[in-house]
Amino acid sequence: MSTTAVHSLWTTAAAAADPITKIDTPKIEYGQLAPTLIVVGAAVLGVLVEAFVPRKSRYHVQMFVSLVALAAAFAAVVALAAGDYGTTKAGIAAMGAIAVDGPALFLQGTVLLTALVGLFTFAERRLDPEAHGNRVDSFAAQAASVPGSDSEKKAVKAGFTTTEVFPLLLFAVAGMLVFPAANDLLTLFVALEVFSLPLYLLCALARRKRLMSQEAAVKYFLLGAFASAFTLFGIALLYGYAGSMSYATIARVVDGTVQDVTPALANTMGNDALLLVGAALLVMGLLFKVGAVPFHMWTPDVYQGAPTPVTGFMAAATKVAAFGALLRVLYVVLPGLRWDWRPVMWAVAIVTMLGGAIVAITQTDIKRLLAYSSIAHAGFILAGVIAATPSGVSSVLFYLAAYSFVTIGAFAVVTLVRDAGGEATHLSKWAGLGRRSPLVAAVFAVFLLAFAGIPLTSGFAGKFAVFKAAAEGGAVPLVVIGVLSSAIAAFFYIRVIVLMFFSEPRPEGPTVAVPSPLTMTAIGVGVAVTVVLGVAPQYFLELAGDAGVFVR
Amino acid sequence: MSFPLLTATAALPAVGAIATAAVPAAKRTAAKWLALLFSLATLVLAITVLVRFDPDGDRYQLTESHAWIADFGVRYELGVDGIAVALIALTALLIPFIVLAGWHDADPLETGSRRWRPTQGFFALILAVEAMVILSFEATDVFLFYIFFEAMLIPLYFLIGGFGDRAHEHGEQAAATQRSYAAVKFLLYNLAGGLIMLAAVIGLYVVAGNFSLTEIAEARASGELDMATSTERWLFLGFFFAFAVKAPLWPLHTWLPNAMQESTAPVAVLITAVVDKVGTFAMLRFCLQLFPEASKWATPVVLVLAVISIIYGALLAVGQRDIKRLIAYASISHFGFIIMGIFAMTSQGQSGATLYMVNHGISTAVLMLIAGFLISRRGSRLIADYGGVQKVAPVLAGTFLIGGLATLSLPGLAPFVSEFLVLVGTFTRYPVIGIVATLGIVLAALYTLVLYQRTMTGPVKPEVSAMPDLRVREIAVVAPLVVLLVFLGVYPKPVTDVVNPAVKQTMLDVDQKDPKPEVEAAK
Repeated sequence: MSTTAVHSLWTTAAAAADPITKIDTPKIEYGQLAPTLIVVGAAVLGVLVEAFVPRKSRYHVQMFVSLVALAAAFAAVVALAAGDYGTTKAGIAAMGAIAVDGPALFLQGTVLLTALVGLFTFAERRLDPEAHGNRVDSFAAQAASVPGSDSEKKAVKAGFTTTEVFPLLLFAVAGMLVFPAANDLLTLFVALEVFSLPLYLLCALARRKRLMSQEAAVKYFLLGAFASAFTLFGIALLYGYAGSMSYATIARVVDGTVQDVTPALANTMGNDALLLVGAALLVMGLLFKVGAVPFHMWTPDVYQGAPTPVTGFMAAATKVAAFGALLRVLYVVLPGLRWDWRPVMWAVAIVTMLGGAIVAITQTDIKRLLAYSSIAHAGFILAGVIAATPSGVSSVLFYLAAYSFVTIGAFAVVTLVRDAGGEATHLSKWAGLGRRSPLVAAVFAVFLLAFAGIPLTSGFAGKFAVFKAAAEGGAVPLVVIGVLSSAIAAFFYIRVIVLMFFSEPRPEGPTVAVPSPLTMTAIGVGVAVTVVLGVAPQYFLELAGDAGVFVR
Repeated sequence: MSFPLLTATAALPAVGAIATAAVPAAKRTAAKWLALLFSLATLVLAITVLVRFDPDGDRYQLTESHAWIADFGVRYELGVDGIAVALIALTALLIPFIVLAGWHDADPLETGSRRWRPTQGFFALILAVEAMVILSFEATDVFLFYIFFEAMLIPLYFLIGGFGDRAHEHGEQAAATQRSYAAVKFLLYNLAGGLIMLAAVIGLYVVAGNFSLTEIAEARASGELDMATSTERWLFLGFFFAFAVKAPLWPLHTWLPNAMQESTAPVAVLITAVVDKVGTFAMLRFCLQLFPEASKWATPVVLVLAVISIIYGALLAVGQRDIKRLIAYASISHFGFIIMGIFAMTSQGQSGATLYMVNHGISTAVLMLIAGFLISRRGSRLIADYGGVQKVAPVLAGTFLIGGLATLSLPGLAPFVSEFLVLVGTFTRYPVIGIVATLGIVLAALYTLVLYQRTMTGPVKPEVSAMPDLRVREIAVVAPLVVLLVFLGVYPKPVTDVVNPAVKQTMLDVDQKDPKPEVEAAK
């Protein structure tokens, strides 16, 4: 299968006089694409469920469909990995659109597990008090009703719930599965939109503090649309430069090994300005999704406003998918441009680490604090990306896996601490939590220590892996700045622990809701992964190490 | 495979910590006994290590080695030399006394939540610290050491921030604020030191390719591993910074007075007598062995800082109004002596320094624990609030005096031997430094005797007139330690025998010979 096939699919198909005879049937490797196909299929099924299943039983049906789909997709990923599709049989599928290789499978597995845990927090219905005898989840009764209006009250009274969140989640997951595996720029863009749009919607669906939630969604949408536009513009310029959308072809044009000029693009092909500007715009779009400084402005507002289960899922899974795509773009498409992108990424990594850590110190809202912490962590991961070695790739993969479970667990704990107004996210309300609910506070402390990178937690193993890769790749100053910003970051994680354990509880402080087994599972998985990856990371490091090579 | 004695010595208190933490809220006393039992069992294991250790045998004994994280080049490697054995014994010896001394320190004042179990937590945390300290003495893999060096900060942090003296001159709320300030300061200082060391640890891996202390030291000695001078110096600085914070060395010492002042006396003993020794120990084991050239290069600066610590700590101790703060500054002065002994690069200096670590542990424990008993009786830490205690509580005053005399290195008590050795060892190579450091002893006499005079002698203050003397539990804590002080003061040979071969080996590592006596050199 030729690497320019996709390009010709898009260009020659329209021009051909008799398309029916000239186009070969596209060859689709259903087996290798199974994880994505299962999730997309289930998402479509979820839409049908919304349309045809009676309102009363929708929650259970949706929950069942999503659970089965995610589990089956994960099983498919495991089967592919066990069948050596990550190593020796790694290859390009779907007419050059998708790469099925080690990093792709590892990241897909991570996204699916994260989504599975995230699904549990989505489905939680015991935290909010029952409204009119109906159990409610974290999502608005009816998305279309204006906050505070009569129609909203009616919807609440009727016991409506937005079960649409489940198909939305599945669509987002489908996009995230394709995003790190995309092997041409168009697929990349389509995947970007497929996972972004459901997330914009999910952000707007909070049951409590709906205005804030809607504001967050609008901000996310506007800035996200900008980022998408940048990405698209970058893709166009790169196409102008290389005459192809395919990663491998662009890489070869960048290297100078391919020189066949498409007549229509004779004026632009090989123009370095197009390459540099295009690559910059494309990477910019990806850095936006990652939440790196200076493209991080959306993160705190969106993290704070979105329903907390969505925040947890988004913080974990988006980062995994976006870093996967960034890795592939930098390592597969632009390795020839390494001397140009490395200095820029150095600068981005430094300001991201320091910026995230320093600004986080002044935060007073736990969700905003975790948002800035996620920015600092993006910086640490970028340090591993910059290494530009296989050990850099595997360290990033490991870090992402470790980080996503800590994140989703931490946000799940945030959903438990409540007062009359819903979640009590202001830090002052967390004072003395350790006295009231030692277990919840201890669990949250474990997550914070993992964020801070204290040894014997997964955070330390991950941090050590990326810094080691960076140092081996010659980025010693970056490592020094990394440890310094870790020290700064430690300060605000510790501050929360101080608050929980050493401050007197407030008389009218929040209570800790007793969750259903769903959230308990989510938190339990988070703690277990955090400890196991911290104490005995060897197996998972090997897994990430084996998955460190991109197929070209 | 032989019985993994070293792992067991460290694992036992860890198991004890979990068991203690799991005791139900209502059974507080059971938790205390359980903790005491585990600490005593650990002591038995530590004594077994001491007995099994052959001072004239291999450098590292009772070694264990297992694969752990191959991707990072990390192995689970344990082994002890004479220095480590002495310090493990000290740790295991002090913990039961710390547990016993802190018997009532964590009894809850009012019942909080049904599941709020401060007592269980207090003793579990102490045992957790013990486990991590012992492991960091045993680790011969740099990464393994680093993990426990860092991880022990967390339980200590909770010990400092969560438990303090009952009485406070500004009320409970102010006490809680100051405690959490002290805990955060402690953690940030040590975490910053540790993270800088992390950069150096990674650097070491990039240069050497593995973390095994023995392998790296061998490769360096045989010339197989060539380190650029500047690389070696940077790595040395990264390691030394972390250890200097932990030790603590002036000007990185400011967390110690806060931490000791705000924590309960047993925890303060845990910090100075046990945990801080990891810092000085690591200088001997890691800085000198891994970076011998850089250590020699840094010696002048380190010695000057050490002397500043000695004099500065002693001077500030003289001016303190708070008993615990005074002892903290006295400790800073003593840590100056230890670091001076290590970097004097003579065998007297280094064996003196090791002996000093042991003796300082015991003498500080005596002084601080009795100070803790005193403070819990009167409810104040201020020296001015006391007077004439020796008339109402003679045993308390008497043992306090012995602790004080040990602190000022009175001949006949253990610290004298070590201080003398350190000074001799320093003097033979750096006479000026040695002479200046001697001033520290004079100041020590001043601050200890003034402390004793103001609190114990003079007219009996009305607030202390009804003060009870030491109770049986308290005597059980103090008496064995006092006996040990006298015993090691008269007969330090058991410790020096264990320590000396290891010190000789370290001297070989840094390629240093003791300077010849003048008379012999003149021949």
